[in-house]
Amino acid sequence: MNGPATGGPGRATGVVPEAAGAAGTTAGTASGTTEDAALALGDDALVLSHRLAEWAGHAPALEEEVALANLALDLLGQARTLLTMVGDEDRLAFCRQERAFRNVQLVEQPNGDFAHTIARQLYFSTYQELLWEQLAAGDGPFAPLAAKAGPETAYHRDHAVTWTLRLGDGTRLSRERMQRAVDALWRYTGELTRPVAGLAGVDWAALAAGWAERVGATLRAATLTVPEAPARAVWSAGGGRQGIHTEPFGRLLAEMQHLHRSHPGARW
Amino acid sequence: MHEGVYREFEETIAAGERIEPRDAMPPEYRATLIRQIAQHAHSEIIGMQPEANWITRAPSLRRKAILIAKVQDEAGHGLYLYGAAETLGARRDELLDRLHAGRQKYSSIFNYPTLTWADVGAIGWLVDGAAIVNQVPLCRCSYGPYARAMTRICKEESFHQRQGYELLLALSHGTEEQHEMAQDAVNRWWWPSLMMFGPPDGESPRTERSMAWKIKRHTNDELRQRFVDIVVPQAASLGLTLPDPLLRWNEERGHHDFGPIDWAEFHAVLRGEGPCNAQRLGQRRRAHEEGAWVREAAAAYAARHAARPAGRAA
Repeated sequence: MNGPATGGPGRATGVVPEAAGAAGTTAGTASGTTEDAALALGDDALVLSHRLAEWAGHAPALEEEVALANLALDLLGQARTLLTMVGDEDRLAFCRQERAFRNVQLVEQPNGDFAHTIARQLYFSTYQELLWEQLAAGDGPFAPLAAKAGPETAYHRDHAVTWTLRLGDGTRLSRERMQRAVDALWRYTGELTRPVAGLAGVDWAALAAGWAERVGATLRAATLTVPEAPARAVWSAGGGRQGIHTEPFGRLLAEMQHLHRSHPGARW
Repeated sequence: MHEGVYREFEETIAAGERIEPRDAMPPEYRATLIRQIAQHAHSEIIGMQPEANWITRAPSLRRKAILIAKVQDEAGHGLYLYGAAETLGARRDELLDRLHAGRQKYSSIFNYPTLTWADVGAIGWLVDGAAIVNQVPLCRCSYGPYARAMTRICKEESFHQRQGYELLLALSHGTEEQHEMAQDAVNRWWWPSLMMFGPPDGESPRTERSMAWKIKRHTNDELRQRFVDIVVPQAASLGLTLPDPLLRWNEERGHHDFGPIDWAEFHAVLRGEGPCNAQRLGQRRRAHEEGAWVREAAAAYAARHAARPAGRAA
């Protein structure tokens, strides 16, 4: 039986409020449970960790093997803490169907070339750092994790910023590739600053503004153009939080879940 | 001629002290060390592949975290070791070129495939176990930077070996299918693990000189015997069988006897005829070639920004 563990994934959870434009609204929403929010943030970390770990043995330099694995490990640690707030971490990771995952679509995007991986990381880590900053300052259920994960995420962002600068302001080829990656993933960034159901005490407008400022400054310093299109409020933004994912995600799950599911009830 | 120039070197070796990068050393000593350290570094980075093969399919999040950390350690070991080789005047990119061109070897063990999850356990227990037996004496190697790198590496390797043992223990005591998976992996990895110690003493041309220089402290056969003696009781406590009908305790020798090793297979794999030689080297080359533009960008960026005056207005 591969049904839901305790909490959210089986029922129709994660009701995301109507999109309020790319910038979001002011106050955080509480229309959802803490478990809903833990699942959303946990799935972000779980899925991005998985993508980063796919680099093992394929990175462009030995130093990057170490760095990308560091990121993957930090995120996996965050995911385990968050999923454990909801239920059994392994049941949640390995036994849910695709539609029950609540991660944003950005994190499931394939690694592509190194520039795509870096662009994805820049977008995500900038968002995550701002989110942890706000949550660490509050006294909600995520404050302890946010305090611990904040410095990790600051390193992730720093790594992404450093590489965005090197690739953007490196060679003509690297600049082209970095710009292409920045453009290609832009469409998935609107979802990052949408309110997460069950996550109270977040000023989403401030988060969206901070994100645009930090990402914009990095891209400009890297001599790259900040994308203007497609609009970040297109229909796809907000999909992941409702369990609407992109095609590559099903394959990611097939690979991630197959061994666990092939031995029902086994312990590892 | 050597006697005069390298007297200090000989005295340092004789006194059991360390040779350091700036010390005078015979060119053959330097060349032997570069070759051995490079081969060791290459083994670490090629060795990432068979285990990375299972990261995305790890059956629990705890196991996944352990495996990512282990593969990361191997990349880190590669870094220390290339660093140690650089203290001898070698360059990492040149050593990698030699690996990619097939002119330098890596441990043949990594030319076998990881077919099931249990192989991750077997690699940890047997392959890392054999590596530890090989490497612990290298912590006392006469060349300082290598010895220090090995001290660090051995600490991490013993964690790797324990996780492999523990992984197999869970499988061995798990479902029937899991137990079979564990036994099958041990059956496939046992003999290649014994081959990791290299050819028998009579056929190991470099052993004598390496021992005189205190790079190597024990012969291949001595280390192989030590490994067998360590592993046999561990197999029993795992509830798994080692696939050698001739394996038994010899009271007289105070060691385990074991059956003949198929050296024809060893030499075939060494020649490039193993199941994964082409695959492993192919992936390594591909990663290197596909990463070239990234490394070039980093170099161009560093050069441009180093050239710029400090405190640039931007």
